[in-house]
Amino acid sequence: MRHLLSTTDLPREAVTALLDTAEALKQSLLGREVPKLPTLRGRTVVTLFYESSTRTRASFEIAGKWMSADVVNISPSASSVTKGESLRDTALTLAAMGADCVVLRHPASGAAHRLAGWIPTHVINAGDGSHQHPTQALLDAATLRDRLGTLNGRTVTIVGDVLHSRVARSNIELLITLGARIHLVAPATLLPCGVENWGVGEDRGWPVTIGHDLDAALPGTDAVMMLRVQAERMRGQFFPSVREYSINYGLTEARLRLLPQHAVVLHPGPMLRGMEIAHSVADSPRAAITEQVRNGVHVRMAVLYHLLAAQEDLA
Amino acid sequence: MRARSERTIGQSRRPLLVRGIRPYGEGDPVDLLVRDGVIAELGPHLDGASAESFDGEGLVALPGLVDLHAHLREPGREDAETIATGSAAAALGGYTAVFAMANTDPVADTAVVVEHVYRRGRDVGLVDVHPVGAVTAGLCGERLAELGAMAASAAAVRMFSDDGVCVHDSLLMRRALEYVRGLGGVIAQHAEDPRLTAGAQAHEGEVAARLGLAGWPAAAEESIVARDCLLARDAAAALHVCHVSTAGTVQVLRWAKERGIRVSAEVTPHHLLLTDERLAGYDPVNKVNPPLRTAADTAALRAALAEGIVDCVATDHAPHAPQDKDCEWSAARPGMLGLQTALSVVVATMVRPGLLDWRGVARVMSERPARIGGATEQGRPIAVGQPATLILVDPDAIWTVRGAQLASLAHNTAFEGMELPGRVLVTMLRGEVTAQDGKVLC
Repeated sequence: MRHLLSTTDLPREAVTALLDTAEALKQSLLGREVPKLPTLRGRTVVTLFYESSTRTRASFEIAGKWMSADVVNISPSASSVTKGESLRDTALTLAAMGADCVVLRHPASGAAHRLAGWIPTHVINAGDGSHQHPTQALLDAATLRDRLGTLNGRTVTIVGDVLHSRVARSNIELLITLGARIHLVAPATLLPCGVENWGVGEDRGWPVTIGHDLDAALPGTDAVMMLRVQAERMRGQFFPSVREYSINYGLTEARLRLLPQHAVVLHPGPMLRGMEIAHSVADSPRAAITEQVRNGVHVRMAVLYHLLAAQEDLA
Repeated sequence: MRARSERTIGQSRRPLLVRGIRPYGEGDPVDLLVRDGVIAELGPHLDGASAESFDGEGLVALPGLVDLHAHLREPGREDAETIATGSAAAALGGYTAVFAMANTDPVADTAVVVEHVYRRGRDVGLVDVHPVGAVTAGLCGERLAELGAMAASAAAVRMFSDDGVCVHDSLLMRRALEYVRGLGGVIAQHAEDPRLTAGAQAHEGEVAARLGLAGWPAAAEESIVARDCLLARDAAAALHVCHVSTAGTVQVLRWAKERGIRVSAEVTPHHLLLTDERLAGYDPVNKVNPPLRTAADTAALRAALAEGIVDCVATDHAPHAPQDKDCEWSAARPGMLGLQTALSVVVATMVRPGLLDWRGVARVMSERPARIGGATEQGRPIAVGQPATLILVDPDAIWTVRGAQLASLAHNTAFEGMELPGRVLVTMLRGEVTAQDGKVLC
């Protein structure tokens, strides 16, 4: 694997290998007093984030450091980007300095694809506009595998702003690859054009189903993934009010009781408590939100390992 | 390819005898004698003892092509294209007249600017450059530009357009149509409802949805075309619709034409050939406005062009400096080169599949656009006494498009690497050879 740009073209074997590596890394760190593996010693990982981020950037930094890589963080406000430097020139500069891997977050869909075409360095897409966020989907899959055993035949209900969500796009593609059924619940204004055809063809699995009634969807759901409403990507009004959205699509305590006993609640964060998820639901044992974050580090370690050190033995 | 002439033709003051060509690709080969800038004789086996001779065997003769829609970027962005380089690209592509869009810097919204563009075109002398005047001052969509002054200037502007932005204010569009009717002109509308396309990056459909690109819905074009047709009806004014891109717009145009509304329309070569499937790699060379649409749209546009619902082909030739395309998709400027590839794309999409014969090519690439734009010296019949403004095309040639080898300063062609049929061998403007065998002469 040279880059990780999207989950669309990731074959099932590659996904399984990444998730197995993440699990192995998690186990190998369990007994250690100091969580440090020498695997990526001497390698330089640059995180280049054009959008604000708490968990993804920190997660990549910790993942790199636990594997002994040198991690350099660059953010636009603290760099020459504010002087008007293009993404391409910034990328060429980082590559010339000897970066082994660039982890990019950018508001433009396709930015990571472009970057991979400009520089010889490994590129990891840490979120490009409304397009993809593949490590988020991998950590969600790892969390669901932990809780549910397998994704094969499981129904995952994704709720909310699918239109603007790179998390949703990455998860729909990846979870279908792993054999899950995807059900989307959202107001019609927040569903992408033709989403009902996603996952169709090439023996990939079940087609995506769509509904607008969350209460009706929950009893048949093995996992429910709540999406944040991406106000920063919205042009114009997509629903009448926050209150109406919350009433129709918020995961309340009453709705939590509609879920089967084994069902898991996921949220990619950052959460808007009281809007798409009730405070008590976010903190309930059904919610796997902190597990998602913990798995994120191991999944990103696995991705760095497969990109930068796959031919070497896992220490 | 064998040499057809010992040297470049048309450099001497002697008459020129072109032997063995087929005008409009029809009938038996004939000879054509050019003297003093006009077609002096036309017929089999002409006696050209005193004339310079050119072997035109196997070539199709067409009237010089007319492009109603090109961005020559001068004044303002001479790093991307100039009137000289754009004229060269036009001559090499078989064009003898080009309408230069108004979105320059400064905007072509006064007599001073349009006269400058017109005179630069004359000085270069490769094609007739007809400046298009802006409809509104500064393309701002707030008040009319001095349309009458531009019409009365040396440039004699007849086509007005805010291309790049839509004249979306209904009242302003109505007034522009009415006012320009009195000037004998036409408003060329870039049909795009700006409220429906805020932030739009690609055709609203499954491809853009998967790629996470904000959608440019077909209705944003179709609703403006429908509104403008009604305004043109009530004003009895001439409306021209730029770069039609959707099957729905074709239906609206059909409705309007059936009712005698004075509406004409153009389609670009790229909207005839390319679809949004090309967006998968996020290469902004495929970013155009209106965006590349679906295969159903290209099929509808081809049929409409063959039928005449869409009147003509116009390139929307839009050179861009490398830094405006070597960037992320949303930061890239929309547009692609078109002048040197247009005829070949029309051959590939219309002639080869049997939708259009060469007579039809002459109609959609020369005669109709000349009429719509009011270029009376262009798009004339190939007949004795007419100006020798014509091109010779090798219909069987296949060539590979290389952006770096095109005459434009910019290289942003989406046809890079494609093998396209049909090649212009000679372009002649009032008897002067402006381009021959891929070289510009002047």
